[in-house]
Amino acid sequence: MGVEVVVEGLTKSFGRQNIWQDVTLTLPRGEVSVMLGPSGTGKTVFLKSIVGLVRPEQGHVFIDGVDMVNSRERDVYEARKLFGLMFQDGALFGSLSLFDNVAFPLREHTRKKETEIRRVVMERLELVGLAGAEKKLPGEISGGMRKRVGLARALVLDPQIILCDEPDSGLDPVRTSYLSQLLIDINAEIDATMLIVTHNLDIAATVPDNMGMLFRRNLVTFGPREVLLTSQEPVVEQFLTARRAGPIGMSEEKDQATLDLEAAHGIIAGPATERTIVPQLAPTPGLPERQAVRRRRERVQGMLHDLPPAARRAVEASLREQDAPTLAAPRVVRGAAT
Amino acid sequence: MSAPPVPRRPLPGLGVLREIGHLFALAVSVLRLIFKRPFQWREFVEQFWFIASVTILPAMLVTIPFGAVIALQVGSLIEQFGAQSFSGGASVLVIIQQASPLIVSLLISGVAGSAICADLASRTTREELDAMRVMGVSPVQRLVVPRVLAVMLVGVLLNGLVSVVGILGGYFFNIVMQNGTPGAYVASFSALAQLPDLYISEFKALIFGFIAGVVAAYRGLNPKGGPKGVGDVVNQSVVFTFLILFFVNMVLTAVYLQLVPPKGL
Repeated sequence: MGVEVVVEGLTKSFGRQNIWQDVTLTLPRGEVSVMLGPSGTGKTVFLKSIVGLVRPEQGHVFIDGVDMVNSRERDVYEARKLFGLMFQDGALFGSLSLFDNVAFPLREHTRKKETEIRRVVMERLELVGLAGAEKKLPGEISGGMRKRVGLARALVLDPQIILCDEPDSGLDPVRTSYLSQLLIDINAEIDATMLIVTHNLDIAATVPDNMGMLFRRNLVTFGPREVLLTSQEPVVEQFLTARRAGPIGMSEEKDQATLDLEAAHGIIAGPATERTIVPQLAPTPGLPERQAVRRRRERVQGMLHDLPPAARRAVEASLREQDAPTLAAPRVVRGAAT
Repeated sequence: MSAPPVPRRPLPGLGVLREIGHLFALAVSVLRLIFKRPFQWREFVEQFWFIASVTILPAMLVTIPFGAVIALQVGSLIEQFGAQSFSGGASVLVIIQQASPLIVSLLISGVAGSAICADLASRTTREELDAMRVMGVSPVQRLVVPRVLAVMLVGVLLNGLVSVVGILGGYFFNIVMQNGTPGAYVASFSALAQLPDLYISEFKALIFGFIAGVVAAYRGLNPKGGPKGVGDVVNQSVVFTFLILFFVNMVLTAVYLQLVPPKGL
């Protein structure tokens, strides 16, 4: 069972530099959420704030009644046992073999016997496609493999909240697709609340139930995926279409001089284009249904009237599709995952 | 949306105070977590073995000439007073009370401290320690406590070794080079030296081990900015430890000389 993550008015600065301010959102229980944002907008810092590795100056992060920002160290350590965090480059223990790395949380927090540990670890390593490499050291494998071991380690205690920091970086497109499917399958199996921080558009389009975007020290929006995917906001538009025209520049914001120069070269943000919404991935056939889908459906229906018209149409369309899933869902699985 | 709070310009000197405060906080939490179960025996034994294996040989190689120099210097000085028969006792006091703890402090801060600091710092930059914290495991309990205890134990044992080797070196040079009498040399041990001299020596080594371990761990846990930062903190850790240990040595010596009356003749 997942746990709800409530973030209220979070503000973080390093010295005089403000990273983001007044971020408020709720990761609904058991649902998959994606946080988008250009490089350097503090996505990783946001992720680390949720687990309490980084302490924001203002705001709260409530998990099961524990405020990860202001609580006592002991309570924070206790609450962290609910988490699995996949670090950007794996963060494996360099002196331990892959097997010992994945076994580490089990040996620390459970009284399982070695044979039992072995079974669980091998199962997880197989899940991320690394069975047979368990005796290697982290220094002997590629970056993408280290990442997958990091995921296996994050999953080993069946966490209730899974956080993934750029799961796609260092992976080829095929492996990224497999990983997307894997994340959805894991969600179906253990119903964990998940937050994925990424700027990969494929993951953003196919994996999440909810999406948010950080830009210019603020949370641009957070809500059901349809809201962001149909958003007419220039920043979101530019990001999702990966164009140069728009408010995002090479450094985070464009100044007027750059805008003028680009206009002279014909790079102008045109009228908003109609974007098609790719259906969300479904779990691999044979796995249990995602329980989050039903909960989300009720939640989204309740807020339907507050959504912008385009988002509302998209939500209604996807709800209709879920009502007749027999044709649609398997086709999506085959199209996206193989 | 409210504007972000503008941080005030920090007072000068505040940074230093804050660093010292954090250092003390780490020292306190190390002391507290020593008693927290489960104790990391494996890590402790591995670290102890590692630190011992890299310090024993250098310690002996430094001590032999050091003992010789003291024996020669003290011997020639004391000869001018015509008190040659006490040169043994004098050099033993110098070696046990001062030279031996200082040699130990040089070795554990320079060899053990730098190794601990570099190890922890590179783990910090690789986010290993963050990963540990996320898994609900305190790096202080898991990594720092066994290291500090290992340094303390190595310090105490090394101090014994250095004392013995230093006295043997002094004995050899006094007898062979300065034609001293073996009997008088040994007899003056018990005339001038007393057991508390040995206690304070070992006590110093214990304290030095703790300080060296905590300072190295503190710098290692807080490296700034990538691989170059690792080199910087190792450097700082060694220099800071030297400074602190020599100062603490002075304080302990002064207090000891006040508290424990010299044996006299």
